[in-house]
Amino acid sequence: MSASSDVGYHAQRQARWHYGEAAFWLIVLACGFVFPSRYLIMTDILRLALFAMSLDLLLGYAGIVSLGHAAFFGVGAYAAGLLALHGIVNEPVLALVVAGLVAMVLGFATSFLVIRGVDLTRLMVTLGIALLLEALAERFSNVTGGTDGLQGIEMQPIFGEIPFDMFGKTGFFYSLAVLLVLFLFARRVVHSPFGLSLRAIKNNPLRAAATGIPVNRRLIAIYTLAAFYAGIAGALFTQTTAIASLDVFAFERSADLMLVLVIGGTGYLYGGLIGAVLFRMLQELFSTITPQYWQFWIGLVLVVIVLVGRQRLHRWMLYVPNLVIKQIAGRKAVVAIPESDA
Amino acid sequence: MTSILTNLFDGVAYGMLLFVLACGLAVTLGLMNFVNLAHGAFAMAGGYVCMVLVNRMGWPFFAALPLAFVSAATIGIVLERTLYRHLYARSHLDQVLFTIGLTFMSVAAVDYIQGSSRVFINLPAALQGQFDVFGVGIGRYRLMIIVICGLLTIGLQMVLAKTRFGSRLRAAVDDPRAASGLGINVPQVFAFTFAFGCGLAGLGGALSAEILGLDPYFPLKFMIYFLIVVTVGGSSSITGPFLASLLLGIGDVAGKYYVPKMGPFVIYTMMIVILIWRPNGLFGRTAAR
Repeated sequence: MSASSDVGYHAQRQARWHYGEAAFWLIVLACGFVFPSRYLIMTDILRLALFAMSLDLLLGYAGIVSLGHAAFFGVGAYAAGLLALHGIVNEPVLALVVAGLVAMVLGFATSFLVIRGVDLTRLMVTLGIALLLEALAERFSNVTGGTDGLQGIEMQPIFGEIPFDMFGKTGFFYSLAVLLVLFLFARRVVHSPFGLSLRAIKNNPLRAAATGIPVNRRLIAIYTLAAFYAGIAGALFTQTTAIASLDVFAFERSADLMLVLVIGGTGYLYGGLIGAVLFRMLQELFSTITPQYWQFWIGLVLVVIVLVGRQRLHRWMLYVPNLVIKQIAGRKAVVAIPESDA
Repeated sequence: MTSILTNLFDGVAYGMLLFVLACGLAVTLGLMNFVNLAHGAFAMAGGYVCMVLVNRMGWPFFAALPLAFVSAATIGIVLERTLYRHLYARSHLDQVLFTIGLTFMSVAAVDYIQGSSRVFINLPAALQGQFDVFGVGIGRYRLMIIVICGLLTIGLQMVLAKTRFGSRLRAAVDDPRAASGLGINVPQVFAFTFAFGCGLAGLGGALSAEILGLDPYFPLKFMIYFLIVVTVGGSSSITGPFLASLLLGIGDVAGKYYVPKMGPFVIYTMMIVILIWRPNGLFGRTAAR
């Protein structure tokens, strides 16, 4: 077997659907029927998962560290809010796509700034863009509602058929559907040759460029795509909570997002989803212990994760599942995370 | 005309303060290439120490300032030896996560101990009010800041340029590997500088309570300012960060005075434009290699 077909073989193997993945989505769907009283928090988790998946595309696959991903979330949120408030696009799904596209345009425009320079410059520029947008949203308070946020958003029924209910049932299944569709697309993207080239860039941009990968164009493309995803997540936020306020741009949102992704693990798409669940559970736990100071414990978790080492932590977490799989299937465990240091 | 001069004066005071707050970060970034987003937490620690000493224990303000420096430096060296040291070789992502975690912890801890409202340090009467020089309003407190920070800056420049320690530090920033090859104990130089930078931040935090406002969210609110100073100024000398601080201070004060509606917009735009125009900082070589 030649080397190139070997790579193709492995890539195809990786791209194949596993039973575990189907089981994962069935469990998520089942949650919707098992816990009918928890729609609001579950919707929240789905939104966060989508947002984290967006950052995973950047961080886990392209290796771009962003401290200002909330910028796109916020733009999506305000776009969806304004579209609904002024009745420009009444149909939620269409509005969602439009809001995503608005964020995508911003992502494309700012990608040129971000791909320049090294890690530190990228951190600064992404952070600066988010802060800039927050300042803008505050400045043009006649459009954005300032610190009060957009109020009185009324969502029209989805496809003109399914109305949003007050228990958040529609919101949950709507968010789940959006998440699933976008996940399938992201899965296709990261397993395509395009996705493989991104990984090459992440591992070594210089080498990637030497093998003929147009590094800058690929980075612009993935940055734009990630902005689209974040915009959709923001729009979902507005549509399911019927509010958009200045804190959609907050630095804490970007920082929390990093934590979500770090808890779940980067570079395998499910990291964001699992991380979102764990993060919300941690947050609930901490705020029941100390309502006002949960941030302290979140910070402690971050510090411990980094000190212990992310890779080591994931090995520990997967120890038991791997053992089970080994015993049952009698083969090498499949639940391994291809994590190289970002 | 006089309002321009008053603004300029306020801007210079503000910029000098930012320089004292941020110059420790310039060394951290320049020497160890370590992204320390928790730098503001040390400033906050110094500020709160000063506040407790002055307001609760009745210490005179000028006696509390050195202690703000010492306490922040002590916290700095303890954390450097126990935690930071393990992370120098890690990726930027790990460093960012770690220091964000520290920042969150410091914010919540101070909130828990001292409450979330803004605190004020009782200033001696000699520092309050302002006087006129040819019609230009000069705040006494701001004048004191300019004097203290100006002296510190000159002192720092002298130490860096004239002393043996200064030349070791410059050698280590220029090329840590070559420096350690020549027998310079780079980790030690760095630990000392880190502590000193944290101490300066603590002093800056104590001084800034009156001007920037001191509350538990200080590290998050001003993080971007410190980073701007360092990335725009570069870290090859202290002149770069110094000029960047002055530029930032004057720009921010002028921006808030003349176009109050644009708020912090001016600063962020300036930063992004400068970083796009010169990704390696305005003055000399960049911190990140």
